[in-house]
Amino acid sequence: MSVELLSRIQFATVAIFHFLFVPLTLGLSALVAFMETRYAQTGDEVYLRMTKYWSRLFLINFAVGVVTGLTMEFQFGMNWAEYSKFVGDIFGAPLAIEATVAFFLESTFLGLWMFSWKRVSKGVHAAIMWVVAVASTMSALWILLANGWMQKPRGFEIVAGRAVLTDFGALLWNPYAWIKLFHTSMAAFTLAGFFIMGISAIQLLRRKQAELFKKSFRLGALVGIAASVLVIFAGDFSGRQVAEYQPTKLAAMESQWKTESAAPFYLLELPQPSRERNSVEAIAIPKMLSLLSYHDPEATVKGLLDFPADQRPNVPVSFWSFRLMVTLAFLFVLLALVSVYLSYKDGLERNRWFLWIMSFAIILPYAACELGWVLAELGRQPWIVYGLLRTRDAVSKSISPGDVLISLVGFILLYGGLAAVDVFLIAKYSAKAEEAKGVAK
Amino acid sequence: MTLQVLWFVLWGTLWAVYFMLDGFDFGAGMLRNFLARDETERGLALAAIGPVWNGNEVWLITAGGATFAAFPVVYASMFSFLYLPLLLILFSLIVRGVSIEFRNKSEGRRWRSFWDWALCVSSFTAPLVLGLGFGNIFEGLAMTSSGYSGGFWPLFNPYGLLTAALFIVLFLQHGALWLEFRTGGELARRSRSLASVLWFIVMGVAVLFLVATAFSTKLYDNYLARPAWLLVPLLAVLSLAAVKLFHSMERALPAFAASCGTVLLVVATALVGLFPNLIPSSLDPAASLTAFNSSSGPYTLRLMTIVALIFVPIVIVYQFLVYRFFRAKLTKADAGEGY
Ligand code: HDD
Ligand code: HEM
Ligand code: HEM
Repeated sequence: MSVELLSRIQFATVAIFHFLFVPLTLGLSALVAFMETRYAQTGDEVYLRMTKYWSRLFLINFAVGVVTGLTMEFQFGMNWAEYSKFVGDIFGAPLAIEATVAFFLESTFLGLWMFSWKRVSKGVHAAIMWVVAVASTMSALWILLANGWMQKPRGFEIVAGRAVLTDFGALLWNPYAWIKLFHTSMAAFTLAGFFIMGISAIQLLRRKQAELFKKSFRLGALVGIAASVLVIFAGDFSGRQVAEYQPTKLAAMESQWKTESAAPFYLLELPQPSRERNSVEAIAIPKMLSLLSYHDPEATVKGLLDFPADQRPNVPVSFWSFRLMVTLAFLFVLLALVSVYLSYKDGLERNRWFLWIMSFAIILPYAACELGWVLAELGRQPWIVYGLLRTRDAVSKSISPGDVLISLVGFILLYGGLAAVDVFLIAKYSAKAEEAKGVAK
Repeated sequence: MTLQVLWFVLWGTLWAVYFMLDGFDFGAGMLRNFLARDETERGLALAAIGPVWNGNEVWLITAGGATFAAFPVVYASMFSFLYLPLLLILFSLIVRGVSIEFRNKSEGRRWRSFWDWALCVSSFTAPLVLGLGFGNIFEGLAMTSSGYSGGFWPLFNPYGLLTAALFIVLFLQHGALWLEFRTGGELARRSRSLASVLWFIVMGVAVLFLVATAFSTKLYDNYLARPAWLLVPLLAVLSLAAVKLFHSMERALPAFAASCGTVLLVVATALVGLFPNLIPSSLDPAASLTAFNSSSGPYTLRLMTIVALIFVPIVIVYQFLVYRFFRAKLTKADAGEGY
């Protein structure tokens, strides 16, 4: 296997793994801060126990998020040296800013939070967690500004074969990145909401600490319904960005082969890339695709056949990751609606079947998040920087396939071990509801 | 031009501060298993670094990010040429981080001793490979304009290993002083007596390193050309002497502070010698990566300068305040705290 292929597999492995932990951090930090704030305001012990209980799961998750982030920071230089030289002028800036303005804040204040339970007042302690929550969203912003630039490069000029930044404002106000931030944050809150509901459902099934978990479930349900509706709006914005700036990705995710105006949307569709067409196209909604992509029923949607074959991304992967993500989005709204309803009717414990569903539904938002990234990144191929630099020209020249094989196997083993420990600890601590009664530690 | 010089200084500062801060985490991590005799002491030694290690590690992430932003060619070359060493550093840091966070999360003896040893070993391998990498950078990497031909095993040359040894003993002393300052009772006493022995070893290795540097590297060329800069290594030696002085006066905090100074100044000594190279070539001086031929454009450098001048001081202030907040000696009640 080539260095390029191995490096891509490795990047996919470590990025997907990092993003298993990131969305829960983003969502849960704010929710823990909220719970603790309610405790500080009302003095209600249940909120304190909620804070304790959910923050421990948060901390376990956070630790793995941090250590896997470390790999992300350095691997551009390791495996993508030509890319790093090409974009260093631009891409390095948001990465360095992210560390300076966000990671320092996040990790310093989280350390403070963990060890200051008995030393500061309730209100101050809650405020420290808010700092952590804001800092983690800032870190998402800066990394998405970096990624947004790869999706839609702007504010630069090519000098001596390198992209050189000419306008920081253009990088900073890249709509692609801000819409990604909106979509990603809402995805994170959806995930955190379903995580809280799912774990609470398991505890309610075990008939433990009903008060604590009914209250948690309700919070999860409210967050879940709001975020899962907003994630769809944000997803629609994202789709329009893609339509405007990355026509090849749009065509691939919709499996649109021929250029068409007033293009219909097929509820049932099956791409057949070998013959450059769809083998199934059924249940058409007229003009819907044009409407969705451009908010104009007559708009022209460019088809893949209008692009040279070596500029098209993998169609089935783009298509299915998109379809599945969207299907899941509507499922989330449905589940969250039922959750809110049952929660307010106090009907959770009577509808054990629903608690069962919610406890298995924990994995679905994780799947949706990863599918979203697979679409975003694989749909951008063969470009690493859209329209500017191809992935195959981005890879390091000084490393051998043997090197990358060693690192890839190493990451798989190490991360596999981390995943096992993480799942073990989450399971262990989520079962420890009784301890959440006591104060501290 | 001047911005490139400024960024060389900032680049060096980020690495130096990283070593100053994470250095004592490594030291405490290495020593913990040997100095702490029972569960309470192990808990204490962990609580001594628990609140701060992650914030310290971010200096490394920032150093990486700043290298990318200000010297992209260095970022690309350093990490792809030294691919396997960097991999070892990453693995060490990953294991180190989760060992600290996971150790107290279950009670079993085997569980705890597994993470105790994982912390011990990873706190050793991280500075080992970092020292090895920097030692080789001081010597110059085997690179020409067409790439790197050094390979992995040649990195384990005597000078590289000596630099690694210097990193390790410096951090051992640094960590012992930190444990002495933060903890109390028997643990602090044992850390204290170890630190006084370590001082002589640090002194010995440092002298060896300074001598070997004359033979294995070109770092002294700058000093020969501008002798006034010899003040930097002189201050390094003085601060090491101050460690001994304060330590014999039983003043743990000043001794630790002097040790911070030592780490900073040792790194500064090397960087003064390195300038303007970030990565010298051992084969062809023209292929060396310097602050002038491998930096970003002036626009990015200006932007990053503004960001650094605003935010780095802010970071220093709040990290300092957090350290101050945690200055009281740990007591037995703190042993399982935080997790
Ligand atoms: C809970 C998670 C979740 C859910 C329910 C959805 N998404 Fe999503 N989506 C993500 C989580 C996500 C993500 C992980 O956050 C991604 C990956 C990259 C990004 O910016 O966000 C993403 C990317 C992403 C992209 C690619 C952007 C790009 O290429 O840069 C599009 C077009 C959509 N989404 C559209 C949608 C639509 C129309 C949805 C629903 C109707 C939807 N997403 C639901
Ligand atoms: C953490 C969430 C992320 C996930 C799950 C993810 C997923 C992926 C996947 C699956 C690939 C492989 C594509 C392929 O093999 O063709 C990839 C490639 C890549 N992504 Fe992402 N990505 C994430 C975030 C980011 C961000 C934020 C950036 C930029 C800052 C980024 C930059 C890259 C680069 C440079 C590559 C390698 C070149 C390539 O194959 O396209 N990724 N990512
Ligand atoms: C290729 C791109 C990425 C790089 C280089 C990267 C880098 C890092 C690093 C170095 C850390 C550890 C920080 C610490 O020690 O405190 C980290 C953690 C984190 N990253 Fe990433 N990251 C990437 C992708 C992402 C994405 C796409 C997001 C969100 C949208 C994200 C959000 C976070 C958050 C919230 C944390 C905090 C810890 C946690 O994950 O639980 N990162 N990242």
